[in-house]
Amino acid sequence: MTGPVGTVPHPPRAWRLLPSGGYAGRAHLLLERSATASRRSWLVFLSGFFEPVFYLLAMGQGLGSLVGELPGPDGAPIGYAAFIAPGLLAASAMNGAVFDSTFNVFFKLKYAKLYDAMLATPLGAVDVALGEIGWALVRGGLYAVGFLLVMAGFGLLGTPWALLALPAALLVALAFAAVGMAATSFMRSWQDFDLVTLVTVPMFLFSTTFYPLSVYPGWLQVVVECLPLYHAVELMRGLTTGAVSLALLGHVAYFLVMAVLGGAVAARRLEALLLR
Amino acid sequence: MAGEADRATGRVPGPWGGVALVVENHWEWYRRNWRATAVSTVVQPLLFVLAFGVGFGALVRGSGQVAAATGGVDYLVWIAPGLLAMSAVQTGAFDSTYPVLSGFKWQRTYTAMTAGPITPGQVALGHLGWLAVKTAGAGLVCAAVIALLGGVAGPGILLAVLVSVLTGAAVAAPITAYSATLETEGASFPAIFRFVVIPMTLFSGTFFPVDRLPELVRPLVGVSPLWHGTELARAAALGGPWPPWPAVLGHVAYLLALLGVGTVLAVRTFTRRLAR
Amino acid sequence: MADGLVQARGLTKRFGRVEAVRGIDLDVGRGEVFGFLGPNGAGKSSAMRMIACVSPRSAGDLQVLGMDPDRDGPAIRSRIGVVPQLDNLDLELSVRQNLHLYGRYFGLSRSAVRAKAVELLEFARLTERAEDEVEPLSGGMKRRLTIARALVNDPELLLLDEPTTGLDPQARHLVWERLYRLKREGVTQIITTHYMDEAEQLCDRLVVMDGGVIVAEGAPHELIGRYSTREVLELRFEPEHRPSGDVLSGVLAGRVERVEELPDRLLVYTADGEAAQAAVTAAGHRPLAALVRRSSLEDVFLRLTGRTLVD
Repeated sequence: MTGPVGTVPHPPRAWRLLPSGGYAGRAHLLLERSATASRRSWLVFLSGFFEPVFYLLAMGQGLGSLVGELPGPDGAPIGYAAFIAPGLLAASAMNGAVFDSTFNVFFKLKYAKLYDAMLATPLGAVDVALGEIGWALVRGGLYAVGFLLVMAGFGLLGTPWALLALPAALLVALAFAAVGMAATSFMRSWQDFDLVTLVTVPMFLFSTTFYPLSVYPGWLQVVVECLPLYHAVELMRGLTTGAVSLALLGHVAYFLVMAVLGGAVAARRLEALLLR
Repeated sequence: MAGEADRATGRVPGPWGGVALVVENHWEWYRRNWRATAVSTVVQPLLFVLAFGVGFGALVRGSGQVAAATGGVDYLVWIAPGLLAMSAVQTGAFDSTYPVLSGFKWQRTYTAMTAGPITPGQVALGHLGWLAVKTAGAGLVCAAVIALLGGVAGPGILLAVLVSVLTGAAVAAPITAYSATLETEGASFPAIFRFVVIPMTLFSGTFFPVDRLPELVRPLVGVSPLWHGTELARAAALGGPWPPWPAVLGHVAYLLALLGVGTVLAVRTFTRRLAR
Repeated sequence: MADGLVQARGLTKRFGRVEAVRGIDLDVGRGEVFGFLGPNGAGKSSAMRMIACVSPRSAGDLQVLGMDPDRDGPAIRSRIGVVPQLDNLDLELSVRQNLHLYGRYFGLSRSAVRAKAVELLEFARLTERAEDEVEPLSGGMKRRLTIARALVNDPELLLLDEPTTGLDPQARHLVWERLYRLKREGVTQIITTHYMDEAEQLCDRLVVMDGGVIVAEGAPHELIGRYSTREVLELRFEPEHRPSGDVLSGVLAGRVERVEELPDRLLVYTADGEAAQAAVTAAGHRPLAALVRRSSLEDVFLRLTGRTLVD
């Protein structure tokens, strides 16, 4: 018999704060795993890109024919497709991140028992969490690039600020993934995932994705303004239409706070999530 | 001591009696677990009614472009039958994917049913029959809520619910047949939703008349069962104007043909899988 | 025990108020095949998960490969191999990719993993199926793949939780043969099982667990010698003609050590089964069936706990 060939990982110093054995500095291997798995189911991977594109084609042209133009973020009128496209970009960032951090994580955890297999290796719970969130970002980032190219093709991007929509989409996805992961740690069965649908679908429909805030009565406007997707939509709309103001930093701050809070809860619950 | 033949208490049900037993079985399960699906079958369509019928409807109220598209009817009244049909299709499609696979693979309820006198064909018919019952119930609840919101023009909405049930079943049958052939864990389902179901819901005249679609796409609309269902449901709900009678017959015939072929295939694939 | 690969003192695992493992002591030496024997719920799997450094201990001391799992979990896990009770293969990957990716988790280079996978596919007799999906493989093939996967880092210690549960006899024998090969290569193994034949076949030494504690410890033949008789006479009767254990003990006074009553049969522990059977018949009892066999670990467990192992 030869000696063991597995190498002992040396976690970076900062992670010493976490429960020991939680981080082996190998989160990138989960990306490798997800990329390999995606290559085997490339059609499903590709389909994620088309969902917002179908919405843009149908709603932009179809509903647009009923609406004409709408006031943009700075009051200047813009076409309906230009109005909803950034909303769809934001919603797609949310939906992808939430799906990956809730349904996907729960399935791999409870049914595929994938994390049990990983945690029997030198990998720790933090590697798993970072790897899964990282993959959600890689995938979301690719979809966002694709969607921005489609927007450019339709002439819906007329400003260099639109380049910032990509990092903005990543930030939005990160915040939703962190909160989603934290929420998943409290899930007990599939029935609980109805709550996820119950949160994401209304947000998708009502966060000024399809029409401006002014449609709502005053009290409802305040409620909508609290929703995270509203801030994502406004952020994207400001960047893709070039109506950039300091207010956009407020939206960015919203997601930074959300990512930190979600991440803190997820980190604290990670042991409960992955180790029994 | 009684003879062997007298001892067993099981009886063979009649051909439709077996189907009814399968429907009853689904109902018993549903009674205990209805909350699990109430969100997707009732709450979600109502959210779409609120978002598009009420919210978007408020945005475009009084505009000439809308009157031209809806024939002068209020947008909420116009979209309501379309959303009923769309919701039936979504429920029919979803419930014919993972739940069917689960009956064969995960929970094996179909295997358990056919261990007795019930035949695989009866299980397939019972599944579709149950879906019809469920979409009818959900459709009636939704129609009642839409009526409260002022979106119902007359008793024709009941006929629209019936058409929705037919449309949902016509989509469900071939998907059920396909699901019964899968040996995988259902990895291809997301691609079906995104490449078939979602485009169908967006390009079938639910949200806007199909003549607003690009010339290129319009010929494809005739393939969509949801378009045929929406044309009928909308004419029924608004009390007209009906398309010329050959067109009406064509819509009905298309849906019945799809349902018929799908059902035959489903019975065949169920039999092949369960009786092997 | 300086050479001990696993050393536990008062090892305890609590889940809320339930104590799954209640203070056990263990010493597993290098090259040894060590068994945990016990019924479902005895605490075997919990003990294994603590040794595998995936479940923190609630109390007691534990050293694996001379290190503390609480502090050196990743270092320990990089040198052991784990075969869990239920196969948790990656169904989204092919057979070969399962071995590749798993090896990468151990920090092995891509080229090292590629070479190792070829060797392990051969070991698991899956070379032909290397590019296939995992899902359609038979239960025995999946089990062999899981075992092969656990060997990707050439572990010093292999943990196997119920390695052959749910396999058909042929598949079980193939797994046993592979495990025996590993033993000859000097790989230390810890195995949990509730199969007596498996424990007797594979283990050099074992502990019998019940209710979270160790009730006996030793080599299989030692335990049989210590807690059972040479032979066992199994008797089945028509329910209405079945004599009680006490009646049989009376009939066989002096000839038997003890009589166990099970729901479907009586077990007579004796040095000479044939003679005991003759005595029962001579006393006018007419069993439907009688069988004389050698004692097994099943009898040890029955003696120690008063219960059968697989209910």
